[in-house]
Amino acid sequence: MVYVYGDNIDTDRIIPGKYTKTLDLETLADHVMEDLDPMFCKSVKQGDVVVAGYNFGCGSSREQAPLALKQAGVALVIAKDFARIFFRNAINIGLAVLEIGDHTIEHGADLVYNLEDGKVIDQSQGKEYNATPLPDIMLDILNEGGLVNYLNKHKNYQLG
Amino acid sequence: MTISEKIISNHIGKHVKAGDLVITPVDGVMATDTTAPLAIKAFEQMGASALFDPNKVALILDHAVPPPNERIANLHKLMRDFSQTHGNRLFDIGQGICHQVMVEHQYVKPGDIFIGADSHTPTYGALNAFACGVGSTDLAATMMTGQIWLKVPKTILIECTGRLKEGVSAKDLILFLVGELTISGATYQAIEFVGEAFQTMTLASRMTVANMVAEMGAKAGIVHPDGLELDYPFQSVVPDVDAVYEKVFRFDVSDLEPQVAVPESPDNVRPIQEVVGTKINYAFIGTCCNGRLEDLQAAAKAVDGKRIKSGVRFLIAPASQQTLLDAMDDGTIQLLINAGASIITPGCGPCVGTHQGVPGDDEIVISAANRNFRGRMGNPNAQIYLASPASVAASAVAGEIVLINE
Repeated sequence: MVYVYGDNIDTDRIIPGKYTKTLDLETLADHVMEDLDPMFCKSVKQGDVVVAGYNFGCGSSREQAPLALKQAGVALVIAKDFARIFFRNAINIGLAVLEIGDHTIEHGADLVYNLEDGKVIDQSQGKEYNATPLPDIMLDILNEGGLVNYLNKHKNYQLG
Repeated sequence: MTISEKIISNHIGKHVKAGDLVITPVDGVMATDTTAPLAIKAFEQMGASALFDPNKVALILDHAVPPPNERIANLHKLMRDFSQTHGNRLFDIGQGICHQVMVEHQYVKPGDIFIGADSHTPTYGALNAFACGVGSTDLAATMMTGQIWLKVPKTILIECTGRLKEGVSAKDLILFLVGELTISGATYQAIEFVGEAFQTMTLASRMTVANMVAEMGAKAGIVHPDGLELDYPFQSVVPDVDAVYEKVFRFDVSDLEPQVAVPESPDNVRPIQEVVGTKINYAFIGTCCNGRLEDLQAAAKAVDGKRIKSGVRFLIAPASQQTLLDAMDDGTIQLLINAGASIITPGCGPCVGTHQGVPGDDEIVISAANRNFRGRMGNPNAQIYLASPASVAASAVAGEIVLINE
């Protein structure tokens, strides 16, 4: 299933502050998007995709926002662009995010995508998109499965 | 070079420009009880055995203090235990809000690079520092390595000429600017603030300004050092005359009126005049945006010896224990309590919706905080208006939103 939301979805709407003080990721998933779309946390399934407009994840630095989406089963977030802390957090915890500035994807669209090359095909509209490429260091972090694994392996940051 | 380019260049020992990807050492890091527990978990999972420098790491209990339940009490315990083991400073409950405490205790100074696991970390730009917010895992990595990777940001220059009128505060000015630039107006970029309106500001007011660059998506917000006074010697960083700015905004703010952000976004800003008469149930002053001594003093002045309207509640959370002591020393706290205010533990208070003053359904809050997203204070069926401490206090007395100095 592909869920489509608008611009400026803030992290309070993704996971309200009252639920963030926990290490139990299931609690986060139980309340994900609660104040934006109360049905979302009840219906979201493994492999679903969230699509949004501009500035997805603005507001708080809470990493609980991408964690809640990932734990709830969301496989990919596509947005026209992302707030910077959310974007870093998503890559760091291994939630796939693709920036596609000109998408017109609609709710329930039939999407085929490849995270490796950032290609997304919207079969409902017969459109093909290429996501903005990630900087190399982010690709490296994502390819290691997140920043914890990256640092476990490299012990420090490495540029090119 | 811009201020950001200069500070980063100074740290890595080579000339950088906007767009460069760099790995830079940092001068300090901090995390709170919202972000530290996940950071501690990530730090351990990274195989880290020690902090890069315990003297440069601080953990602060501020978002949910005192803990409202056993779950949060145990997260606080985790932070205390970690600090005991690793030798970093822990600011325990009631000592204040992370950003206030970091500045008071000089964890951050002009020219520094500081990384905080809180989106309002750019607040330290008031001190002419480059400070950005990150999430827990980034913070854990910096706790371990003492470094962070980042893209040197482009910079937006905001020049404000003219002096603010009596009764118009730094909060009114930054609300106005957030309204002009919008909530995504500075995403991935730094902002520099320059001009007479900022030169004449206290450190506290500069912190209010830099604080809300987060509401424009900025990576950092740095106030030019002209007029900055600190009680220790410091070297400030100014941009070169040929610094390259992505955009330049110029405003004459000498006629600016008190502003308000209406629900449900901090960039829904208009002159407060347009919502005068809106009935309120609850007034709140505090937070990293407006919980400092001058804010409480402005509130006491606006209350002017009157009682708050019957049926309205008025909560005040001083930004730190020092703020509370200072406001007791000069009688501000007594004036506010006599007006009917409740003083709660220094910390984030009800701003994050975790405890200590969740609004009821259909209630209207006027708050001196920085965010009014739906559900922000814990109830998606309440509405939050953001304004200056003086406007909040005067509205508490009137029982409705008012224009001060009418």
